[in-house]
Amino acid sequence: MSLFWNIWIIGLTLICLALVTWVLFANRKIKVDKDGEPVTTGHEYDGIEEYDNPMPKWWFNLFILTLVFSVAYLFLYPGLGSYKGFFNWTQINQWEAEMEAAQKQYGPIYAKFADMPLEEVALHPQGKKIGARLFADNCAVCHGSDARGAQGFPNLTDNDWLYGGKPEQILHSIKEGRVAAMPSWTAALGGMDGVDAMSHYVMSLSGRQHDKSKAATSSTQYMQMCAACHGADGKGNQTLGAPNLTDNIWLYGGSQRRIIESIDKGRAGVMPAQKNLLQEEKIHLLAAYVYSLSLDEEPK
Amino acid sequence: MSTETLGPTPAYNFNVVKWFSIMTVIWGVVGMTVGVIIAAELYWPDLNQGIQYLHFGRLRPLHTNAVIFAFGGCALMATSLYVVQRTCHTALVSNALAWFVFWGWNLIIVAAAITLPLGFTSGKEYAELEWPIDIAIAVVWVAYAVVFFGTIMKRQTSHIYVANWFFGAFIITVAVLHIVNSAAMPVHMFKSYSAYAGAMDAMVQWWYGHNAVGFFLTAGFLGIMYYFVPKQAGRPVYSYRLSIVHFWALISLYIWAGPHHLHYTALPDWAQSLGMVMSLILLAPSWGGMINGIMTLSGAWHKLRTDPTLRFLVVSLSFYGMSTFEGPMMAIKTVNALSHYTDWTIGHVHSGALGWVAMVSIGAIYHLLPKLSDREEMYSVGLVNLHFWLATIGTVLYIAAMWVNGITQGLMWRLYNEDGTLTYSFVESVIASYPGYFVRFIGGAMFTAGMLIMVYNMVKTLRGDQKSEPAAA
Repeated sequence: MSLFWNIWIIGLTLICLALVTWVLFANRKIKVDKDGEPVTTGHEYDGIEEYDNPMPKWWFNLFILTLVFSVAYLFLYPGLGSYKGFFNWTQINQWEAEMEAAQKQYGPIYAKFADMPLEEVALHPQGKKIGARLFADNCAVCHGSDARGAQGFPNLTDNDWLYGGKPEQILHSIKEGRVAAMPSWTAALGGMDGVDAMSHYVMSLSGRQHDKSKAATSSTQYMQMCAACHGADGKGNQTLGAPNLTDNIWLYGGSQRRIIESIDKGRAGVMPAQKNLLQEEKIHLLAAYVYSLSLDEEPK
Repeated sequence: MSTETLGPTPAYNFNVVKWFSIMTVIWGVVGMTVGVIIAAELYWPDLNQGIQYLHFGRLRPLHTNAVIFAFGGCALMATSLYVVQRTCHTALVSNALAWFVFWGWNLIIVAAAITLPLGFTSGKEYAELEWPIDIAIAVVWVAYAVVFFGTIMKRQTSHIYVANWFFGAFIITVAVLHIVNSAAMPVHMFKSYSAYAGAMDAMVQWWYGHNAVGFFLTAGFLGIMYYFVPKQAGRPVYSYRLSIVHFWALISLYIWAGPHHLHYTALPDWAQSLGMVMSLILLAPSWGGMINGIMTLSGAWHKLRTDPTLRFLVVSLSFYGMSTFEGPMMAIKTVNALSHYTDWTIGHVHSGALGWVAMVSIGAIYHLLPKLSDREEMYSVGLVNLHFWLATIGTVLYIAAMWVNGITQGLMWRLYNEDGTLTYSFVESVIASYPGYFVRFIGGAMFTAGMLIMVYNMVKTLRGDQKSEPAAA
């Protein structure tokens, strides 16, 4: 903080407090009017008069009390410009102290699991319990409290994986995040008619009801444009995060309208990287927990 | 007692006061109804039926703008233009300009009611309106200032009555706050970006935001209190000295209080501390207004038994005292760490908004309506009384529900398991809030029902209808 702003802040603060204190004392009146009606100021406004009563004593003292408290507070804590305060308190060092205390208290619990292989943590009751709590605190907002996801957010319980379901792949997804890019294909497909036809081809991949002639017209285009990521057989590609189109599991909804929307507008799914938000040991427990969710499910 | 001799009663312009009073009641019904709708949406989330114009995020700013600036604004304009004429013993400086303010202000409200549901917003709380409307507000506000201060300047009394100090401070400060906070770069007719960035934008926003509370919703309404309480009670103001001290202290301290909205954020520590201590010192000046109002009743307490209008005014002061104790307490960092981002804040705002601002306005309007239609009292004093009880019970239900919710949420969010993880996920605190949301909805609905009764009573009063039997108190 520059000297000017320093003086500006300290000066305005102290002047304001001093003026308020002065107004308070300048209007003090100790003597209470005796016998009967107190005197008025002598003015009258539309029939309203004003008594010249003193300020209530308890109120006056309350005012003084808050002023004294504030001056003391500004001596002890930062407030007057760049003056750091007697306690040298900052919200950052309060946070750091609290984090340090938490690390001391909880660190050993997490350290216990940090060296345990993910497969083992996934079967460990305490590890799973902590993982579930971490999931509720950090992941449930998108993936849901039951981890079954929502439109645009994958279901984590069905053993269908966009980026692979091996423990280390899950760990990577959480730690580094994932960025998916499905571009818009409307121009390449020659407009909305082409998009509509392609949606029939996509539906045919999972054996759903579709217009056979429309699907047939799109098959060449599928091989030219879509197969690169989704595969010639439509089974997707976990390296790219390209979804399997044959299993009738739909990240963005499986109605024809939604499929058309995906092809027409594209999709940009983002899983944010957690490595700068959560400690490594916590990500470890989370990965194990997510892995544990579909252990009983058939791989898809 | 008066030492000055004033001329005959001037040709007051009460017509514009009457129309502002009518619009106060109408906008009150509109704004509070929208409030009840969004309260219901929090309890029944599917209520908006997927219609974007009925979404909580679109209607919430409509609710706040309608109750603060439409209902509260019209109440302030009605009362200030009435009080300034009567206490200065002079007519308005310009009738044309006063009508310009009336039409301008109400058209701005209509523009807000259209643009906010359509989703046009600058994203600043209580300052959501986009830049063309902001400019219109500035123009109308300056006209309002000219009418008010112009009238003060041609007063026939030697001194300026205390109510007018508060109205004057409110008018000047709101102009400054509005212009500075609304500074923005337009990209097209309906979109602009703030002139400030990051933490500075947040600070400017809450400097504005808290002084919308401090000057619009407090200083202005203290102006109302200082005229209508002594007038309705027929008693002199308790202490002139107290009014001097609490006026100057209030206006010098409020302007600092904004940072308490930004505790434990990117705002520098020194600014947070200053916001906190100034908010704390505000306790006594705020209570000064309450004391001066309530003590004015000494010698007239018996009137509360028969006069529901006076009841509105006195209960409003009690709520004012309560919420101005709560405010400084919530500004303390340690308390704020619990209360911030919870429903407690919403409860606090409404103990001020319903209990203080709305009640004192309603009391003032019930005082005004008979005077503006040349009659002794309202069409039905019994209905005023019914309104009073609906408003009081509605407010208490609302505040109590939000206290319970707020403290529940704050405690749930800070509870840890033995492994350092949070005991409750966010959605669990939402589920725990449902009973409170329902009680709040009932409280708000009761308050709004009272406003509907007021509309009926107002129409009957203005039309000059008389009840067949003599009015029972």
